[in-house]
Amino acid sequence: MIPLWWYLILSAALFSIGLFGALARKNAVAILLGIELMLNAVNINLVSFWRYNDPTRIDGQVFAIIVFAVAAAEVAVGLALVISVYRRRNTVVADEIDLMKW
Amino acid sequence: MTVAQIIFLITAAVILGSAAMVVTTRNLVHAALWLIVTLFGAAVLFAMLNAGFIAVVQVVVYIGAIAILFIFAVMLTRREMNDTGPGLNKGWWLSAVTSALTFGGLVWLLQGWDGLSKVAPALGSEFDAIGALANALVSPEAYVLPFEVASVLLLAALVGAVYIAFQRKGEE
Amino acid sequence: MDFWTDPVEAAGEWLSGIFVGWGMNADAAHVLAAFVGILVLISVVMVLDIFLVWTERKIVARFQDRIGPNRLGPFGLVQPFADIIKLIIKENIYPVGVDKIVYNLAPIIMMTSVLLLWAVLPLTEFLGLDLNVGVLYLIGVGALGTLSIIMAGWSSNNKYALLGAFRQVAVMISYEIPMVVALLIPTILSGSMGINSIVAAQESSWYIVLAPLAFLLFLISATAELGRAPFDLTEAESELIAGHHIEYSGMKFGLFYASELLHTFTFGGFIAAFFFGGWQGPWVSEIPALGLLYFLAKATVGYWLFGWIKYTMPRIRIDKMMDLNWKFLVPFSFVLLMYVALMNALLAGFRATEGAMWIYTWGMFLSNILLGWITLEILRRRAHGERVKVEGAVVEAGHH
Repeated sequence: MIPLWWYLILSAALFSIGLFGALARKNAVAILLGIELMLNAVNINLVSFWRYNDPTRIDGQVFAIIVFAVAAAEVAVGLALVISVYRRRNTVVADEIDLMKW
Repeated sequence: MTVAQIIFLITAAVILGSAAMVVTTRNLVHAALWLIVTLFGAAVLFAMLNAGFIAVVQVVVYIGAIAILFIFAVMLTRREMNDTGPGLNKGWWLSAVTSALTFGGLVWLLQGWDGLSKVAPALGSEFDAIGALANALVSPEAYVLPFEVASVLLLAALVGAVYIAFQRKGEE
Repeated sequence: MDFWTDPVEAAGEWLSGIFVGWGMNADAAHVLAAFVGILVLISVVMVLDIFLVWTERKIVARFQDRIGPNRLGPFGLVQPFADIIKLIIKENIYPVGVDKIVYNLAPIIMMTSVLLLWAVLPLTEFLGLDLNVGVLYLIGVGALGTLSIIMAGWSSNNKYALLGAFRQVAVMISYEIPMVVALLIPTILSGSMGINSIVAAQESSWYIVLAPLAFLLFLISATAELGRAPFDLTEAESELIAGHHIEYSGMKFGLFYASELLHTFTFGGFIAAFFFGGWQGPWVSEIPALGLLYFLAKATVGYWLFGWIKYTMPRIRIDKMMDLNWKFLVPFSFVLLMYVALMNALLAGFRATEGAMWIYTWGMFLSNILLGWITLEILRRRAHGERVKVEGAVVEAGHH
């Protein structure tokens, strides 16, 4: 049987990789890719806690489904913003989108 | 080593390797394709955790919709077919340190917890996870309100995405 | 385990018994036996695919008033093998600027996405996994097909391939919505998402009778999902040359072609399973193996239906096709879903009582016909109004 901490370590590692991607990438689309990795790490955590605690309490799976909905909404709006910025400024590099910088 | 453990280790290696490729590959279409590999690995893990519904929804939503959206966005926002220049910004080592610290901190936090070596309780043969999930999502005592709010959120995101990305007539 | 009631299970146990006899771990032997089973199923399916090429060419020939392949072997049956030899010995060409790994992976994923569907296809009562999320699995595997098309289109480094892939992916994502809703209706009627359970629930009446509109909806969206005429925008020979597989030749093209045919046959099988009772038929309860025959016969009819549509209809323009989906099929499918669920709940009492089953069946059928008639009437009025508007404008333009 697989002990719980295997899943937890895996999801911690996946979360850290996603965090690195979200912080270090230049391209705005790549930053969103990193955020997706982080959301997936959270989902692995939620589902494994559901399985390893009391499977008759379904809360973990419900949370995972709500995370799916949030991820879909985030990607739709995020990518629409990226495309809109690209149309106006002809760039998707996060460093060059600096109109709000002072 | 049981068969399940071997499958878990292979899947974990695939997930972490492809996740590393997602954040380091210069070619963004390749990064999106590697993301699909990662998501698929996560779906395998969900299946191993007896969450069949979550596993299939993962494939439908993430691979069928989100990953495809990413690939579309990458293709719509490129000046030429080949990427040039570094994919990481100048302070990338700072980000590496931050994420390494996050990982270390999480592992340190986990170490102090006593539920680590828990094994999964057996599922009764009569237990129907999908039925329980469906009941939880629509029963007023459980999650009907968050579920409805999530649907409103999706609708708002849909309208917002169309509004933001819509090219009005007269705009170049 | 009796061989005649459940031959697959019996064969699996026999095989893993042999592996254990060789000194293997019981778990590993079970996994290995399952792999052997998968290999056997895939081999049978691929051989079936070879003959589908012949069937397809014969069908199109008959529709176009030709004879079709008739030289090699009896009725030209050996022709597909000649085709395969030709495809295999063709030169392996890489166009300039292709992304080699993605380019080679795309046809493989395409074929895989079709073969994965056979895992849940209920060939008989005992063959075919009764996955409790079977209907969703069907949609999820379809997502892999979408992915392979965009991979092929992007990696070919050709603008026609990319345009074709974009169009096809947009179409597939859009038509997935009415398809999911259409599949929810058998799910509601049977109370299960397992495809084999859906088939088992059709013992008294097929769902084509209980939900004819859901069948039409599924047929339309499946045609779009398969990328076959009138929705073959990815091919569009006259505008896009061949869409996403323009740069493919040899066996890689062969995989796309074979997977399209097999995909169509598989969807014929799903139509049989969801709406025509799958392996249900006379004497099936006595001889379960007879179900395989019934299923294959019904799947072939479904396959022929797709061929009939393909060779009869002209291609639809992309914007019209999107209009059809978003302005008609999606709202209609939501209305239909709620309507069928409501009727099913209202008539559930008749289903439970002995001898009143016919009221339930006829009630469902007639209520579906009523909804279809109302929809057609609304569409007719609307079309009439549009025509009056256009013709009025023409008349006015003639005056000035």
